[in-house]
Amino acid sequence: MAPLEELTAAYEAARADESFQQELDGLLRDFAGRPTALFLAQRLTEHAGGARIYLKREDLLHTGAHKINNTLGQILLARRMGKARIIAETGAGQHGVATATVCALFGLECVVYMGSEDMRRQALNVFRMQLLGAEVREVDSGSRTLKDAINEALRDWVTNVANTYYLLGSALGPHPYPVMVRDFQKVIGDETREQILEKEGRLPDCLIACVGGGSNSIGLFYPFLSDDAVRMIGVEAGGTGSELGQHAARFNAAGGGRPGVLQGTMSYVLQDERGQIATTHSISAGLDYPSIGPEHAFLHDEGRVEYTSVSDAEALAAFQMLSRLEGIIPALESAHAVAHALKVASEMKTDQILIVNLSGRGDKDVDTVRESLEPG
Amino acid sequence: MSRIAETFGKLESNNRRGFIPFITAGDPDLQTTRDLIIELARAGATLIELGVPFTDPMADGPVIQRASERALRHGFGLAEILQTVTEARQQTDVPLILFSYFNPLLQFCANEKADGTSALPAFKFEILTREAKRAGVDGVLVTDLVPEEASEFVAVLRANDLDMIFLVAPTSTDERLQMVAERASGFIYAVSRAGVTGAREEMSAEAEMLVRRVRQFSDLPVAVGFGISKPEQVADVWRYADAAVVGSAIVGELEQAKSSADAVSRVGRFARHLISG
Repeated sequence: MAPLEELTAAYEAARADESFQQELDGLLRDFAGRPTALFLAQRLTEHAGGARIYLKREDLLHTGAHKINNTLGQILLARRMGKARIIAETGAGQHGVATATVCALFGLECVVYMGSEDMRRQALNVFRMQLLGAEVREVDSGSRTLKDAINEALRDWVTNVANTYYLLGSALGPHPYPVMVRDFQKVIGDETREQILEKEGRLPDCLIACVGGGSNSIGLFYPFLSDDAVRMIGVEAGGTGSELGQHAARFNAAGGGRPGVLQGTMSYVLQDERGQIATTHSISAGLDYPSIGPEHAFLHDEGRVEYTSVSDAEALAAFQMLSRLEGIIPALESAHAVAHALKVASEMKTDQILIVNLSGRGDKDVDTVRESLEPG
Repeated sequence: MSRIAETFGKLESNNRRGFIPFITAGDPDLQTTRDLIIELARAGATLIELGVPFTDPMADGPVIQRASERALRHGFGLAEILQTVTEARQQTDVPLILFSYFNPLLQFCANEKADGTSALPAFKFEILTREAKRAGVDGVLVTDLVPEEASEFVAVLRANDLDMIFLVAPTSTDERLQMVAERASGFIYAVSRAGVTGAREEMSAEAEMLVRRVRQFSDLPVAVGFGISKPEQVADVWRYADAAVVGSAIVGELEQAKSSADAVSRVGRFARHLISG
């Protein structure tokens, strides 16, 4: 607990310090490339035949995904805390790349834990991290994916806490991470709000984002939570079926999702009846996690945000469709949000507005998609 | 008075120190676990920590992780572990505590099937305490339940004469030691160094310092664990603490066993070696 208390105190102090926010804003602008565009996807809109679909282009950020928003915030915090060694976990590799990037930027030692299954799926990102000077440590325990990488990072942290900062990549884990990561990601929603007001003169009718741990979605949703007229939908990974082990849809009660405790957080967890954590499946490594950020559990129970899931096949179809219709190759994670947006938009009126968070670009997924599309 | 308090009381009045072995329930199988409990009691264990296997043992090093994985292959749950305790209880009075992550205990307490449409299902800790008490369990240690979140759980345990054992670490602040002292019963488990479970060549000097700090806040017995694997280390801990906990080194012996009988005799031999020096 001592490390978490130290982190909480340091974060509270940083949050109250104007110079911290100024430094972060400067880096977000000059290094990461903020603000990102809010793009009206006209051909996608025509295809769906309903609401106007806007894409929040987090895929245009440096390193190719929203993850850099959070890693920049946390690296500044780590520097304030005087920690010289940074550790992180990664699933798809996007957070690992974003962490390796900010460590290179500030000349800090970087160790990234990654499940061996994910290393296989995301070989390109492994190499990118190495190019950036990070050490990628293979995690060969449990399901060899994101949750096991988090376990290993936590073990490292408690062992080396004196000089080590754990740069967690999603809005999960123990306090203060869910709050801190949300705060660093809410720039997505803040910008979106400003941009849509400028373009349309009003708030959107619906927001859609994919939900793994839940950082890009909470970042988009959070600034709109008190706008009751704005509908919000989080899209989980439906994988290949609804049996436990075939998906990562934590809010699917029939599929084994129910409240539990994992990695210092109480939330919805995919588990068997004995409380053992289930293996999950998704074509996208970034959504392949058996629990979900606790704020999403709250928003689910409150009924403020709707949650649904999209299958591997639907995500693959949306991946190709967005590539062909808009010239944008999305991350497979984001393709889940696009897939659901097409369904929802088609049921909306043409004067309504739907915004999809395009959380990352798809270069990293090209191999996976090619394998999936090749016959036999 | 709980059986744990009584046991430590007897040790103290005889001016002796305790030995607390850890084994993972179901490693290699539950029958062997029962036999190991009985053999460890015979070998002189003051108390036995029975690990509840979990898929994500984030506080454990590789040795105990592997034990969890071996045990989980059998597909049993807490009910079967408690049945094993019941069986062992017919032959020994040694105090037994469950050493667990929170989720397997919590799900045992889920008294209704969640329908997924509404808020949290009710978790009734009475279900666990009733069944644990009936089986002959004396206390519970939950590695990932922090004291500030544990009040309700502790209250139900105490109402049923079960002890709640808390971990403290060299990094724990005085405020935290105070909080633990207010909620703990039975004994307090002092972690010898920052990090996860697993044998180490050297014991750190931090452990002795930590025990001294704990004693400023609590009169409970203090056990020291994490990293102890040799008789010299046990003897060293005995200089300043009430008991020494040995986990990974014992599980490591189990890992090398060729059969259930070999496991029991190896562990018995190793326990006697640790105690006698």
